[in-house]
This record gives sequence, C-alpha cells and structure tokens, in this order.
Amino acid sequence: MKYMIALMLAGTATPAFAQDHGHNHSMPMQPADPQDAEEAAEEEGSGEDASPPSSAMPMDHSQMDHGAMDHQSMQPQGEGSPEMPQPMGQSPVDHSQMDHSQMGHGSMDQSGVVDDQAGGEMDHSAMGHEAMAMDIPSGPPPASAGSGPARAADAIWGVEAMRESREQLRDEQGGQTYFWFQGDRVEYRAREGSDGYLFDLQGYYGGDLDKFWFKSEGEGSFGEKIESAEVQALYSRAIAPFFDFQAGIRQDFAPLDRTYAVVGIQGLAPYLFEVDAAAFLSDKGDLTARIEAELDQRITQRLVLQPRVEASFSAQDVPELGIGAGLDTVEAGLRLRYHFAREFAPYIGIDQEWRIGQSADYARAEGEDPSVTNYVVGIRFWF
Amino acid sequence: MQAINRRKFLGSSIVAGGLFGATAAMPAWARGGNMNGATIRQGFDEVSGRNIDLTIARGPRIVQGRSGMGVAVNGSVPGPLVRLKEGDPVNLNVTNALDEDSSIHWHGLLVPFQFDGVPGVSFPGIRPRQTFTYEMPAIRQAGTYWWHSHSGLQEQAGHYGPIIVDPTGPDPVQADYDYVMLLSEFTPMHPHTIMSKLKKGEGYFNYQQRTLTDDYPLTGEERRMWAEMRMMPTDILDVTGSTYTYLANGHGPEEGLEYLFSRGKRVRIRVINGSAMSFYNVRIPGLKFWVVAADGLNVRPVEVEEFQIGTAETYDIVVEPTGEAHTIVAESMDRSGMAVATLASRPGARAPVPALRDPPLLTMADMGMAGMGGMAGMEGDMSGMDHSAMGHGTSPPDGMDMSDSGDGSSEGAMAGMAGMSMGGMDMRDTSRLPPDVKVSPGIDMVAMNPQDRMGDPGIGLDKVPHKVLNYKDLVALEPNDDLRTPSRQMEIHLTGNMERYMWSFDGEKFSAVSDEPIRFAYNERVRVKLVNNTMMAHPIHLHGHFFELVNGAPADRQPQKHTVVVQPGGFAQFDLTADEPGDWAFHCHLLYHMHAGMFQIVTVAQEAGQPDVQRVGESG
Repeated sequence: MKYMIALMLAGTATPAFAQDHGHNHSMPMQPADPQDAEEAAEEEGSGEDASPPSSAMPMDHSQMDHGAMDHQSMQPQGEGSPEMPQPMGQSPVDHSQMDHSQMGHGSMDQSGVVDDQAGGEMDHSAMGHEAMAMDIPSGPPPASAGSGPARAADAIWGVEAMRESREQLRDEQGGQTYFWFQGDRVEYRAREGSDGYLFDLQGYYGGDLDKFWFKSEGEGSFGEKIESAEVQALYSRAIAPFFDFQAGIRQDFAPLDRTYAVVGIQGLAPYLFEVDAAAFLSDKGDLTARIEAELDQRITQRLVLQPRVEASFSAQDVPELGIGAGLDTVEAGLRLRYHFAREFAPYIGIDQEWRIGQSADYARAEGEDPSVTNYVVGIRFWF
Repeated sequence: MQAINRRKFLGSSIVAGGLFGATAAMPAWARGGNMNGATIRQGFDEVSGRNIDLTIARGPRIVQGRSGMGVAVNGSVPGPLVRLKEGDPVNLNVTNALDEDSSIHWHGLLVPFQFDGVPGVSFPGIRPRQTFTYEMPAIRQAGTYWWHSHSGLQEQAGHYGPIIVDPTGPDPVQADYDYVMLLSEFTPMHPHTIMSKLKKGEGYFNYQQRTLTDDYPLTGEERRMWAEMRMMPTDILDVTGSTYTYLANGHGPEEGLEYLFSRGKRVRIRVINGSAMSFYNVRIPGLKFWVVAADGLNVRPVEVEEFQIGTAETYDIVVEPTGEAHTIVAESMDRSGMAVATLASRPGARAPVPALRDPPLLTMADMGMAGMGGMAGMEGDMSGMDHSAMGHGTSPPDGMDMSDSGDGSSEGAMAGMAGMSMGGMDMRDTSRLPPDVKVSPGIDMVAMNPQDRMGDPGIGLDKVPHKVLNYKDLVALEPNDDLRTPSRQMEIHLTGNMERYMWSFDGEKFSAVSDEPIRFAYNERVRVKLVNNTMMAHPIHLHGHFFELVNGAPADRQPQKHTVVVQPGGFAQFDLTADEPGDWAFHCHLLYHMHAGMFQIVTVAQEAGQPDVQRVGESG
C-alpha cells in the first residue's frame, strides 16, 4: 500500500482522519477523475470536524456509476446488449435496478445519515449483488490452475520432510476417534418384596460416522441370582444426520446363556426423543424386538425430568425365558436428575413394569406379580 | 501491559532495532534460562528489529485465581507484540521448547507460502528443541495483525500474540495513544478435553438452553418447532463462559487492564480477536468511536457505538474519551461473559461495568429461511429481509429459473409458516445443494433461502438502539489495484452437524479430501460465494491473501480482509485475486470447527515461466 497521500497530508492536516481519507482519493493509483481536484478542495474546507465529510458523496456516485457500467460492457460472455437473450432470464429492468441500488447504497453509506440496518437498503444492495453475479460465469478452474494434491512445500522442504506433518494435518482436521462410556441408568430399586438393582450402560469408540458401539443391561434383586444380564457388541454407522444403523451380536448371561444377532437404529427423533430400537434373532431361532424412547426435559439448566418408555415384543412364545408372543413387556419411568456436572447427575424416580398377555401368565405361574412398581435412586454419568 | 504513547513507542522500537538488536529486549530466561516451570506472565512485551527471537514453552497459568497449564511464547500470554516495519525484511527465529511440534502462523501477513507457518501445508512444522527461522522479505503491508500456533490446539492454551506493522510513511490514522486490545479466553481445561466434550455432550458448555423455566421470548409454538428440528435457538457459541474467563491482553475482567489517556487526546485501540472460539460485542458505553481499519487495512472511518468481532478478525478504532474513565466491554456473543478494560484518565480511575445483556436467540434468517414469513416473537430483521427474499428466491448460479423458485420455495414456505408450523418444510432439502457438495450425515441442515448477510451486524445486535458496524459500512481507504471483473465464480458450502459436532466445507471433512485442494490459476480473479448451511456464524480465513468483500462498495473500494464472518443460514461473497503462489490454508477460524474438519488447502498454481504480477504492497 502506498502512503504518499498521508505524507502530503502531514504538512497540512490536523489529526482529523476525515481529512486523511479525503486526500487518499487523489492517490496515484486512482484512475484520473476530473472531480478529484474539486473534491479535495471541498474536503479541505470542511474537514475540521472528525466526521467523514459528506462532500465525499458526489465522487462516490460517479465512481459507482462508472463501475456499474464497466460491468455491463465487460460481460465475459459477450452479452454486450441488454436486449440480447440472457441465460438466467435476466431482463434489462434488473440491470437498471442494479445501477440504481448501487448508487443509492453508496450515497447512503457515506452520508452516515441513514441507519444501515434499515431493511430497504439491505434489500437493494442484495439485488445489486445478485444481478452482478449473473454476469460472472460459474465454472471449474482453468487448466492453468493445475491438478492433483497440494504439494508446493515439497519443492522447498523435501517430500520426506513434509510427509509426516501432512499426515498429521489430515488426521487432526476431522480424522480423530473418540471413546465414550455412559452409565445411563445405574440405580437402586425399592419395591415390594426384596429390593433390586439395574444397570444400563453403553459406549462407543470411533469416528464421526463409523463406531464400535457396546451396550450392557442387567437387573436383579439383592440376595438372589441376577435375573437378566446382556452385552451387545455392535458396528454403528451413521445413516442420517441424527440416526445410526447398528448391527452385531448380543450375548445373554442370565437368565440363560443365549446369543443373538442384532440389527437396530439409534438416534435422536424429532422433538428430541432419544430412540433405540433393535430386533434380535437368537441362536434358537427366536425373534424378539425392543424399543426404548426417552426425553430430557430441562426444568432449569441443571434439573432435568426424563420420561422414559420401553417396550419389548416377541414373534413367538419363549417359555424358558418367560416371554409371550406379541407385546411382551412395557416399562414406563420418570426420573428427575440434577446435573452437578454434565457428566454426573444423580436422580430419583419411579418406574413401572408390566408384563403383558402370555408373559403375564408366565409371571403368575412363577408366583411373580406381572406388575411391579420400583422407586429408584441412581446416577447417570459419562466420560 | 503496554501503555506507551505512540511517540515513545516508535522511539523504543528504533532503539531496540537499531542499536542492540532484538536480544537486548529479551528477558534472561529467553536467552537460555529455564523456560519450563515458571509461571506464565499475563500481558506482553514488545520485540522488534531485523532479527526477532521467540521461544515457545509450557508453564502454569493463573487467571483470576483459576489455574491451568498454558503454552506461552517468551514466557507470557499473549506472547510478545511483534513490531515490524513496512518495507523491512525480518528474520523470526522461533525455538520450540515444547515436547511436541509447534509452529507460528503470521495471521494476515503477506509472506512467501513456505513461511506461512502451517505444518503439513507450508512447512513441516518446528520439532521439539528445534529453532526455525522464518525469513521474511520486505514486509508488504502495514497495520494490525496477529500470530498464533497452527499446531494441534496450542492456540487455545495461550500460543498467540499481536503484530503491528508500522507504515513507511506517516500513518493515515493519527492518534496520540496507540494500544493493543487482544481478546482471548482462558480455561483450565485441556483443549483436547474441550474437543472431546464437544463431540460427546451436545450443548456441553451451553448453560443458557431452553428450559421449562427460562424467560426467553419464545412462544410455545416456537419451542415446539425448535424441538421438532432437534436444534437449539440458544446455540450461539459452542464454548462459553461456563469454562472460559474472557481475557483482554491476558487479563481477566477483574484484573484491571487499563489504558491511560489524557482528556482531549485521541486513543487508537487495535482490537484483535485472538480467541479460539469466541465472537465479541465490543462497546464503550456512553462513547461513540470510529472504526478506522479492518483486518489491518485502513477503511474510511465509520462512526459506531458497537461492533461484533469474529474470531481472528481485527478492527482498529479511534476514540476520544471525555470522562474520567470509560469501560471497554467485550461481551461474548452469547453473553455468557465479558472481557473488560478501562480507559482511564489516571491510574485506578474506573467507570461502571455494565451487566451482561440477555442472551440472544437464533432467528429465521439464521435458519436459512430469511423472509419466509414473520415468526412473531423471533428476533430478526424480518421487515428488512422480506423484499430481498422475494426477489431472489435462489442464487442464480444454480441455474434455476427465478419464477419457479419463487413459487416453489418462498410461497410454499410462506404457506407453511402462516400456520406457525414447520410442517412441510424440509430443513435439509439436499436437492438445493450443488452437485459437488457431498451429502452425508455430516450435513444436518441446508439453507432454504440463503441471503446476502453482509449488512448483518451479527447475532444479537440487530435490535440494539444504537449504530453497530456491519460489513456494508466498510469502504477501503486506498483504492484496490485489481479492478477486473472476476472471470468466474464459485460456491463453497459451509456444512455441519451440530449434534455430531461435525464441520466441513462442501460436506467433506479435510481428512476425506486432503489431496483435493481448491485450485486457482495464478493471478486469476474469482468471485467466491460462501454459503452457510449451518446455524452458526463461521469466521472463514484464507491464508496469504486479502480478498475483497463484495459488500456494495464501489469496485475499487471493496474492503480487503483476510477473514470473513459468514452469518448463519446466509451467504457472503468475496473477490479474490489469486496472486500469491503456493499452498495456503483455508479454514473456519473457530479452533474446534477447524479441528473437526472445516479446513481446506487453497493452491495457487504459478506455471513455470509465468511472470510475476505486481502484488499488494509491491512498488512498481
């Protein structure tokens, strides 16, 4: 940049930078403009005040007009005349709007009188941009832009020297993997008869789209053998902005050792419901399914009420597991938790389980109540 | 901190540069003393001359009683003010005393690409215990810039500092005092921990979310709509005052940073946003001031009462304080905290510090649906946008017929909005994207009706009752030297998925396209349109160049910048003359967005034998 003007100025001017910039108009790089001299003279007269001289306006106008006309006459596609058909269906009217809006806008800016946030002004200039953009063709870079990867630094520092940093750059701008472990529900369950416990854990290791996902759930009553325990190992692939497809295996350790193939989806449904739905095919050929949905309803920034429902289904009776065909079990819970930190939130709540239909009959046959109410206290945590 | 008036400033730099060389100004530890372990100082020294030594080292930091580990240059955060002289060459000798690679990028300086300081793009980086010399030829510009690490996430930990290049002639900006106000953040968290929390815990740092008990001016219908979209109207900044202490020159708001002045004198403040993740609203309650330079280059003075500064931008302001003291407030855009300094007519003089204003909410325009009907209660300049939206249903480069798009998008959308319902509106209509954008789960939104938001003052500032700077106010003081109409235009789409914390250009993280740079022919002039398909503002920075904002200013006065904020759901255009050969980083300057993949390489190819054109700052 050139500061000759500032030099010229140094002799004449008070520190008013309004004058400074006025003078810059007559810089050598400026296309000769007969108004310049006049301008400068005017500004010297009025520049005592610190505000930008409004006398700068007329010149701006002329520059703008000029520029707009240049654009029209220099259209790269050779559309010299506004009457010629134009690819975008642009009419001559638009061109005149463009000129007009640019003039108007420029003068408004400089006057400092009109609030720039006034809607009308924004609109007009936006129109101007659009119209101008139409004159510029879209397209790929010319052949002289070259092709292939960016390797300019190799010529200076050497291929070997650059390789490691290049790989690191790639990995550090989007190629990372993360490990996440969550105890969604780890709770004590007070209920009629002997109290129980439940754990519901999950986590992943992987990148943004592909992950190894694991889940584990189990519950039981204190003083008794664990009632159910399972672990799932899944490949998880993002298939939509808010949903992952998951597939893998599930191994049950209680009540019976049994292995399942798993296919499911997990994610965030509209209205912010966290949903996890999966179908399971056991090594005995039994087909079952489970769907869970929970909603975090913030009461304050740290107090969260979480309604939660879970339902399981079966395609057939599985008597050894107490599963009846059709709707098998339904569980509805309401948990109120307090986030001491995002990662650590103790909660209290109530959780109701129903066994339905044939499942209820199996339960009664075992001497169990098909409907159980749990009063829970637990923690939700992740790291 | 530095509080020296301009004349003394110049004087001291002459002494340091001319008589003793840079080492004379350096503390003992920087000449071989123990660098690790010493507590990092707040505020900065000045280094100048033809040979400048900088040393990067780790150490403990304490800010307002909070402590953490930091990465400091020459023992302070910010690191020293690097004071250069236009027209002079300089050697910058950077020693890395860390246990990991490091680097310094000279943000905004026009330098040979191999000295731009981006490991993996411009050079291999600086190894532990290695000294690397950046051999800069004659500096081709003057103004306010800054430097920072481009390695890992060191910038968050304190590896940054200001640059001032003094002009060869008298400065068109005349002021009696000349100060730097470098805005940044302190956090005791490790930067990698922050990244990890952002990836795992959506909204982790946001303690201003919608709740059942909030007092946001949202109707039930609007709340339902946001929930349906699975988006947060309060998603203004990813990392907030919940962990950050906002800093001015390394000092927390309660640590009393002072700029002394005499009444009736002019004070120039070079405001640099050297933060990792923060936009700031800067104001001096009760005073109007002039914005005189943007991103280092002078603009016609604009009188404002407030401006929003995006990450990595710089604005120079000139103010004539009138009272005994004035508070300079740099409030984070989400209003979760502020950096504070005082213009003081005597040491210790103080003015009241205003309370944080209410947090802003995203608007229809931020959702990319500007002008698609008035959502009562949503803050946003609907009246201002309606007309333009109707006139320009889609961007012409898509080659779509204007009348069709008008019927298809605007009216259909209006009908939908009339019932205050999002029903029938597709927030992610990927058919609106050009074919070179890769559609994947990494895109959670497509701006339905992106508008040119150059005239937008920034999130949360559209309704304040005083004049706020916007890009349309910027008019270059010096005429631009390339007045060619661009020979082509291109679009780059800013894309992301807030829930997964994925950020990218054109749907592809850098890790997926690291060998497919954005290419320009040498000396090619291109209009680049950045379309923001996210609900966050992104400060997009191109290394090694200035580009001209297409902001309605006359062609020869389009302001030149190195960083442009693209407002949510909108677009911004710039004209680029690709006259700096080599490979250059091009990225979102929100540190964790870049780290997530919103990064590309721009290659400017100079063919063998192709003559150099005269470049910015080179005299013919």
